[in-house]
Amino acid sequence: MTNEPRIIERNALNRLLEVLVQEGYQIVGPTLGEGAIVYGPVQSSEDFPAGWTDEQEGGVYRLKKRADKALFGYVVGPHSWKKYLHPPERRLWTGQANGTDFELTPEPIESTRFAFFGVRSCELHAIEIQDRVFIHDDHVDEDYKARRENAFVVVVQCGQAGKTCFCVSMNTGPKAESGYDLALTEILDEGRHFFHAVAGSPKGAAILQQVEARAATSSDNAEAEETVQKASQQMGRTLDTAGVKELLQENAEHPRWDLVADRCLSCANCTMVCPTCFCSTVEDTTDLTGDHTERWQKWDSCFTMDFSYLHGGSVRASTKSRYRQWLTHKLSSWIDQFGSSGCVGCGRCVTWCPVGIDLTEEVRSIREDKLVPLSSKKEASNGNA
Amino acid sequence: MESVQRQNVMLPSPYRVHRVHRETEDTFTLELTGKDGAAPSEFIPGQFNMLYAFGIGEVPISISGRSESSGGWLQTIREVGTVTRALHRMKRGGVLGLRGPFGTGWPIEEAQGNDIVFMAGGIGLAPLRPALHVVQSKRDQFGEVVLLYGARTPESLLFEKERELWRAKFGVQVKVTVDAAGREWKRNVGVVTSLVERTSFDPDHTVAFICGPEVMMRFSVAELKQSGIPEDKIYISMERNMKCAVGFCGHCQFGPTFICKDGPVFRYDRIRRFLAVREI
Ligand SMILES: Cc1cc2nc3c(=O)[nH]c(=O)nc-3n(C[C@H](O)[C@H](O)[C@H](O)COP(=O)(O)OP(=O)(O)OC[C@H]3O[C@@H](n4cnc5c(N)ncnc54)[C@H](O)[C@@H]3O)c2cc1C
Ligand code: SF4
Ligand code: SF4
Ligand code: FES
Repeated sequence: MTNEPRIIERNALNRLLEVLVQEGYQIVGPTLGEGAIVYGPVQSSEDFPAGWTDEQEGGVYRLKKRADKALFGYVVGPHSWKKYLHPPERRLWTGQANGTDFELTPEPIESTRFAFFGVRSCELHAIEIQDRVFIHDDHVDEDYKARRENAFVVVVQCGQAGKTCFCVSMNTGPKAESGYDLALTEILDEGRHFFHAVAGSPKGAAILQQVEARAATSSDNAEAEETVQKASQQMGRTLDTAGVKELLQENAEHPRWDLVADRCLSCANCTMVCPTCFCSTVEDTTDLTGDHTERWQKWDSCFTMDFSYLHGGSVRASTKSRYRQWLTHKLSSWIDQFGSSGCVGCGRCVTWCPVGIDLTEEVRSIREDKLVPLSSKKEASNGNA
Repeated sequence: MESVQRQNVMLPSPYRVHRVHRETEDTFTLELTGKDGAAPSEFIPGQFNMLYAFGIGEVPISISGRSESSGGWLQTIREVGTVTRALHRMKRGGVLGLRGPFGTGWPIEEAQGNDIVFMAGGIGLAPLRPALHVVQSKRDQFGEVVLLYGARTPESLLFEKERELWRAKFGVQVKVTVDAAGREWKRNVGVVTSLVERTSFDPDHTVAFICGPEVMMRFSVAELKQSGIPEDKIYISMERNMKCAVGFCGHCQFGPTFICKDGPVFRYDRIRRFLAVREI
């Protein structure tokens, strides 16, 4: 088994999909839908958004035609792979009453083997961040773990970056270095259209072996490297992460939180599109007889009032406190909790915020106008500025 | 918590209500054994369980002790809403769902050889009670033991017989106060913090455990610090909305901590800075 890079021609790409299907994977990847590039089931490479790209800005997402037929010539859409690993809604168990007793039956653990086709580097980091929450912490979410272990990850390296991207700042891209089964780089050049392919695991190598491909030459390798290099030059946003953990903790009463609260609609879009946000709630539904009940786990958001409900009121009643919770969790508490930032710099929360609130801008404002020098502050005051 | 980890951590197990003890108008204690009557596992005083009322929902409730007769866990609950109301309707012999025990407990070993001050507000006496049971079982290993307890009214005071036992038989300085009372009440009226100065302990060798509403705990900490107990000898039990108790749902976050696994019992100096921020 060789780990040398291979070249798969565009017209041989379907063979890779066929092999994945033969190996028992259900392929999901980018498709056109809902006015955006979204993740869904893929049968053949014709389902990929050939010739389309996305244009993004704070509060703006637009599909546009490309001059070429690139399959992966876009950045990222509103979906992330978490919808397959940590689904928006999942039944946890069903319960049946008999007399004063009852029986609870857990939902079978998901056994679908997904092949995620077209994973970006930032997204792979986001998956690894959720792994820390659901697999590597004190308790294990067995359903997540099974989905994760069953998954086959095909990275497609970024050949361009969007105006809301800042993975370079977050050290999460644009090049995926490890953690994948296969990594492809799409290259269109002088009428040629091919994929530079590297296996990142024995599983990936075994699949790659079954696909018609030739060995990559050193100029192919250089071209692949240049492609991601280009993306890294195009970051639309930057975020200075130096000391950001302390910066946010120590500026919990900064007046900037009031300003952002004036604009924030508490709509929770940012948390829904974020590939690392993992919060959930549970809902019990019971039939009319009261004998049959089900518990569902559903994505939840720290922007809702119910989220922090405690005897008769919410702990975070103001929008200010909810936005602060969200941003402080992402960029600061996450580091205490899981040893890494909770943000991978994908830019989704900026693009999909209806009013274009930009976390990089919020951090910059707080940094440039700190209440007090870092680490010299004793205790946060209670008064709002 | 090994056993919890191996199975589906979100699936409640059936427990039987061995007995229901009425405590006050709105507060009751469920005595819970395995469905077959077996005594449940060890727990650390201060830990909690997620109790599930069939078809209604699940809430965090601290373990308030172990029954001497059945060996069952005691869970003392105040009815305040939907799930606690359903739990209040549970009858002897009934079955409920349970996950746990979860969280950190009171570091009683740290108090050994020292004085201990317990401060409780309202239902907050319940999570402290199992720690008092430990003290009671090896009373000679502790110096002065103080229990300061405040409730809304004389009628809402919990565990009277035990408080009397601790006072009379175990040399615990028990002081009680209420917010409001009729003329027949001959004891203290006022906030629990006012009781501190009427007790004796050596602040240089004292560990304090506090449980009650958040405001009560803030004032209690301030008062204890005033009396000379250092911040790193004060422990408090925090409360937040909880949907999972295992670190998945995110609801219980308090600053960078998850109350369900890093707490509910925290050393005060470790969370002081977050307590100072409103709506955190
Ligand atoms: C670690 C911990 C230990 C606790 N120990 C005890 C105890 O020993 N005895 C006792 O009587 N109570 C205890 N509580 C409080 C108890 O969990 C709440 O009173 C209970 O959740 C209220 O639920 P409800 O459905 O009756 O009320 P509702 O007001 O109808 O609640 C609706 C929902 O809000 C949430 N909620 C409301 N209040 C609280 C709250 N105070 N804490 C957490 N979630 C809340 C619950 O998710 C609940 O399902 C404890 C709470 C925590 C966090
Ligand atoms: S916080 Fe925003 S930029 Fe960061 S990972 Fe989440 S959606 Fe992407
Ligand atoms: S920051 Fe934007 S997307 Fe997030 S809750 Fe506020 S308005 Fe909605
Ligand atoms: S209760 Fe769900 S994370 Fe703590």
